[in-house]
Amino acid sequence: MKITPEEVAHVAALARLRLSPEQSAKLTGQLNDILTHMDKLAKLDTSGVPSTNHALALTGALRPDQARPSLPRQEGLANAPDSDGVSFIVPRVI
Amino acid sequence: MQYEAVIGLEVHAQLLTESKIFCGCSTKFGAPPNEHTCPVCLGMPGVLPVLNQKVVEFAIRAALATHCAVAGKSVWARKNYFYPDLPKNYQISQYELPLAEHGHLDIEVEGAAKRIGITRIHMEEDAGKLIHDPAQGHSYVDYNRTGTPLMEIVSEPDLRTPEEAAAYLKALRDILVYLNICDGNMEEGSFRCDANVSIRPLGQEAFGTRAELKNMNSFRNVQKALEYEIRRQRAVLDDGGQVVQETRLWDAQANKTLSMRGKEEAHDYRYFPDPDLLPLVVGPEWVERIRSELPELPEAKRARFVEAYGLPHYDAGVLTASRPLADYFEAVVASGAGAKAASNWIMSELLGALNAEGKEITQSPISAAHLAKLIGMVDSGAISGKIAKKVFGEMMLSGQDPQAVVEEKGLKQVSDSGALEAVLQRIFEANPGQVEQFKAGKDKLMGFFVGQAMKETKGQANPAVLNELVKKLLG
Repeated sequence: MKITPEEVAHVAALARLRLSPEQSAKLTGQLNDILTHMDKLAKLDTSGVPSTNHALALTGALRPDQARPSLPRQEGLANAPDSDGVSFIVPRVI
Repeated sequence: MQYEAVIGLEVHAQLLTESKIFCGCSTKFGAPPNEHTCPVCLGMPGVLPVLNQKVVEFAIRAALATHCAVAGKSVWARKNYFYPDLPKNYQISQYELPLAEHGHLDIEVEGAAKRIGITRIHMEEDAGKLIHDPAQGHSYVDYNRTGTPLMEIVSEPDLRTPEEAAAYLKALRDILVYLNICDGNMEEGSFRCDANVSIRPLGQEAFGTRAELKNMNSFRNVQKALEYEIRRQRAVLDDGGQVVQETRLWDAQANKTLSMRGKEEAHDYRYFPDPDLLPLVVGPEWVERIRSELPELPEAKRARFVEAYGLPHYDAGVLTASRPLADYFEAVVASGAGAKAASNWIMSELLGALNAEGKEITQSPISAAHLAKLIGMVDSGAISGKIAKKVFGEMMLSGQDPQAVVEEKGLKQVSDSGALEAVLQRIFEANPGQVEQFKAGKDKLMGFFVGQAMKETKGQANPAVLNELVKKLLG
């Protein structure tokens, strides 16, 4: 086993996912299958290959430092679960 | 047992750009909540971040000034955690391949020089601001600060005392302010510091378990928090206990650090390369161009002030505390004043007067040229040092040319021997006893006659001429 049910539970908690015992068992199996496949890839000799951080062989574009108008506040707040027209409102965090 | 502290600092510096790191929203401080937001910094689906070139340039400046190696290629990563100050549920940062590594900063504590290693410098975006309302049971979120460019500077665990930590922090702040890339304001949070601190028995190689300190918003608080935390850890170990690895918040009111609970799993950030941003490639030409444009840094300026102007180390330290102050001093000297006289006037008169009015050197009512002129008038004997201080006070109020102040107030030094002779004769007549004693050889009374004459002329008499005259008339 590459990954234990406990590790799956830990990752699920970090991602704020609530898994039923059935889902957890199914995902543990699937994740193990994926990781077993990774083993196959790991057999390739990549000692002369630089690591890939990105799928595109391009480098990043830059923009000049110029401020431009922001979104009208009401539009920014339009999809907020709750707001007072000024701020987003969330359940108390402290 | 004897212990030694091991301290490493993580500094977050807000960069002085016009716009945010990945979008064009303004970074201006103090706008009403959520007025500087857009789909990019609010983390709406389908948007793409585009890197602000100035952010890279500023971070490279800092890297070069702290002797770091700038990476030809660095990579953006997502740091994942759930907290309402982060609309995307991840912060764009740099992780495995940061912009710069392996630098150092030289500090001085109690006359001893020490080199502190800099592990890395990377760029990232700032988070939003939460305002908690305990009465309502909810929190308000302001995303104006979200996406403000930050630079994180991580030191090696080379610091051994709270004083060294404070000296490092101060030196680093001075450099960033000199480079014009951060305003260095700890109270407003544009220059923030977290500290990792552990203690170990003196002579032991292995590090002890460390605590991470947060929430120290002044240089003084950083030093006090470290002092407290070192004492606390020593007490734990002396009691036979063990230091727990945790994050602790400095409480400036209670003067102690408190354990921060409830984020046990928060340190598992699951970093991975951000697919929205391509690797950043920085060519050597770009780095060299930035290097060639670096200003003179505080350390070099201090050395030059001692060398070129013959100033004491103390003066050089005070005058180079900020770039505008150093520039002011150099402008006074360039206008013809002697370096030491200029330094004395700035340190003992000007800085105090500005401070009393809550003004910066850039707001000085007295221009560098006017101060030089005032010093010149003292040197030439046109006014006495005492009168000069009076003129200086007038200049602080009116911003006038010292010549104009002297003429307007009739403060010109009296060197005319005829006029001063008359003054002295009156004093001799009124004090026949002292005249007798002086003639009998009591030279100390010279001071008495000169003092009386100064009083009579409201400080405008030329003391050198008075001395001559007393000798001539009573000799």
